[in-house]
Amino acid sequence: MAKQLMKGNEAIGEAAIRAGATRYFAYPITPQTEVAEYLARRLPEVGGVFVQAESELGASNMIFGAASSGKRVFTSSSSPGISLMSEALSYITCAELPCVFINVCRAGPGLGGILPSQGDYFQATHASGHGDFHLIVLAPSTVQEAVEHMMTAFDLADRYRNPVMIFADGLIGQMMEPVDFEAVKSGEAVDHSSWATTGAKGRKPHIIKTLYLNPNDNEAHNVHLAEKYAGIRANEQRSELYGGLGSPELILTAFGTAARVCKTAIDVLNEQGVDIALFRPITIYPFPADALDKLSRKQHVKRLLSVEMNNGQMVEDVKLFTGNRKPIDFFGRQGGIVPSPEEVIERVRALLDGKKKPAKERPAEAK
Amino acid sequence: MAVNTVFCKPEAMTDAHTHYCPGCTHGVTHRLVAETLDELGIRERAVGVAPVGCSVLAYNYFNCDFLEAAHGRAPAFATGLKRSSPELTVFTYQGDGDLASIGTNEILHAANRGEKFTVIFINNAIYGMTGGQMAPTTLAGQVTTTSPSGRDVESAGWPIRIRELLATLRTPAYIARGSAHSPQWTIRTKQFVRKAFQYQESGTCFSLVEVLSTCPTNWGMSPTESMRWVEENMIPYYPLGELKTPDEEDASFARLTGGLEATPNGYAEKTRW
Ligand SMILES: Cc1ncc(C[n+]2csc(CCOP(=O)(O)OP(=O)(O)O)c2C)c(N)n1
Ligand SMILES: [Mg+2]
Repeated sequence: MAKQLMKGNEAIGEAAIRAGATRYFAYPITPQTEVAEYLARRLPEVGGVFVQAESELGASNMIFGAASSGKRVFTSSSSPGISLMSEALSYITCAELPCVFINVCRAGPGLGGILPSQGDYFQATHASGHGDFHLIVLAPSTVQEAVEHMMTAFDLADRYRNPVMIFADGLIGQMMEPVDFEAVKSGEAVDHSSWATTGAKGRKPHIIKTLYLNPNDNEAHNVHLAEKYAGIRANEQRSELYGGLGSPELILTAFGTAARVCKTAIDVLNEQGVDIALFRPITIYPFPADALDKLSRKQHVKRLLSVEMNNGQMVEDVKLFTGNRKPIDFFGRQGGIVPSPEEVIERVRALLDGKKKPAKERPAEAK
Repeated sequence: MAVNTVFCKPEAMTDAHTHYCPGCTHGVTHRLVAETLDELGIRERAVGVAPVGCSVLAYNYFNCDFLEAAHGRAPAFATGLKRSSPELTVFTYQGDGDLASIGTNEILHAANRGEKFTVIFINNAIYGMTGGQMAPTTLAGQVTTTSPSGRDVESAGWPIRIRELLATLRTPAYIARGSAHSPQWTIRTKQFVRKAFQYQESGTCFSLVEVLSTCPTNWGMSPTESMRWVEENMIPYYPLGELKTPDEEDASFARLTGGLEATPNGYAEKTRW
């Protein structure tokens, strides 16, 4: 099918419909409001449901109820709204309900700003709510990839009975790019009749709950969840290796919009004969630890530089999963500022020329 | 000799013994709902939503599908489920801490959107499950663990009348208050519950039945004293009866200013609010 030019937020909404998800509950917040505006128009055309909730607390708890029907359901928000959704995320993950949450991340903390950020990396990957649980988190770096991730997200949610988060940012949500909705198709919706609350006709009642008063039962449920996450970590790590001239000395690590910027920087540097490459996590949970670990062991890799739109969050995972065996630097912009390719090139050159010591040995630089 | 069954356990209830304290009316109210599910023949497509509170384990006693909500969010759960599967009969069962404090936003907006589910709201003027703290419905002067000298309306405000509050909204179809403290009122409350479900069945819109209930354990009273306490202290502040029905459209506003209500036991609504 021909490509069409579409705004990221609208493409995300359309992709959900193409994935067979027609139940959507949300509350307006910049920079994701176009998802709701698009779906308010589109869902009635396909017999779907859109409810503008009273708050993100309401929207996300509606998702619990909606997902209990066994149908494909989703919501979208941006950082402050995602914080309000952390309650429901904990309950939904405990109850093992399939659904998709989209975070079009903006700059925080607090009300922050409405411009693109990756400041919610810790929240998405490590601390989405109370208790021991994980989301599967996909981080698109183009509008096309956001569409493909939406298709994949519903399949993963169904397979693991776990919420999947699309971690986009204000840039992905707001920019227009050509998209092809046929490139990746979502699988058929899975049969959830063994647990969904569809009415106890000719069967025992289905109870969807999260209370385990007996500590042994609660531990058993936690162990079950932990085994599920272990399976997710073993099977769902996704990443991309970009650029390089054969034996890159420096590896940039970046995801989402920051990775796009790094790609431009790498194109320029590779063109000039500088051998550096980009390692781009596509899933930020599970972190693509195996591929990065392998890469970091290569003789020719001398150091890594994590480029992020935050104060240094993913870099902690980079350190953890490479065992800190090579020097690791960080470069980030905050407050809604997207780093420029020139800034990245400048950092890379400084590191390669050995003019600058690793970031951790010098005071943080304000820019 | 033929034996006629005159009384039995509703099919919509399980055989489990409830964990409720002696004299607590949660169990009575469960039964009113279960009988209604049976009588209307809707058990097999009914889904209940349990709150966080003493009735969190309601699903152990109802023989139908159930969700267990986060504290106060039952109306959001019910909204999501009913909108996704409109063929289901959905009801929430919530306490006063759950519905009238942490969940006010959810209940208010579910009512105002006219979500087509039924709410059973248990007002026992206290947080039962957590051990007797002050609720938004705790009466003025009522002693609780967090209002040890009695509810001080200067700092805590006056108790919230949920029935009256929601009846100011134009959308919701059916809003009533019953009580489980006496046989007469239990029977009358059953009628309210039945009507509420019937309005849902006919697709009319949101329905809510508040039920005044006892909490002997946390009130520090015997079951009998508790029943009397409901009658003497709660009912004068929380008058019983239907406040809004779909047949009367905007009549609720007239009620709000006139404030008179006929009741089977003669509890005339004298309070002006
Ligand atoms: C977010 C959250 N806050 C607080 C609690 C603790 N909590 C459990 S039940 C309850 C009050 C329940 O009182 P009510 O709704 O009146 O029900 P009752 O037990 O009286 O029937 C509270 C505060 C909780 N479980 N979750
Ligand atoms: Mg209570």
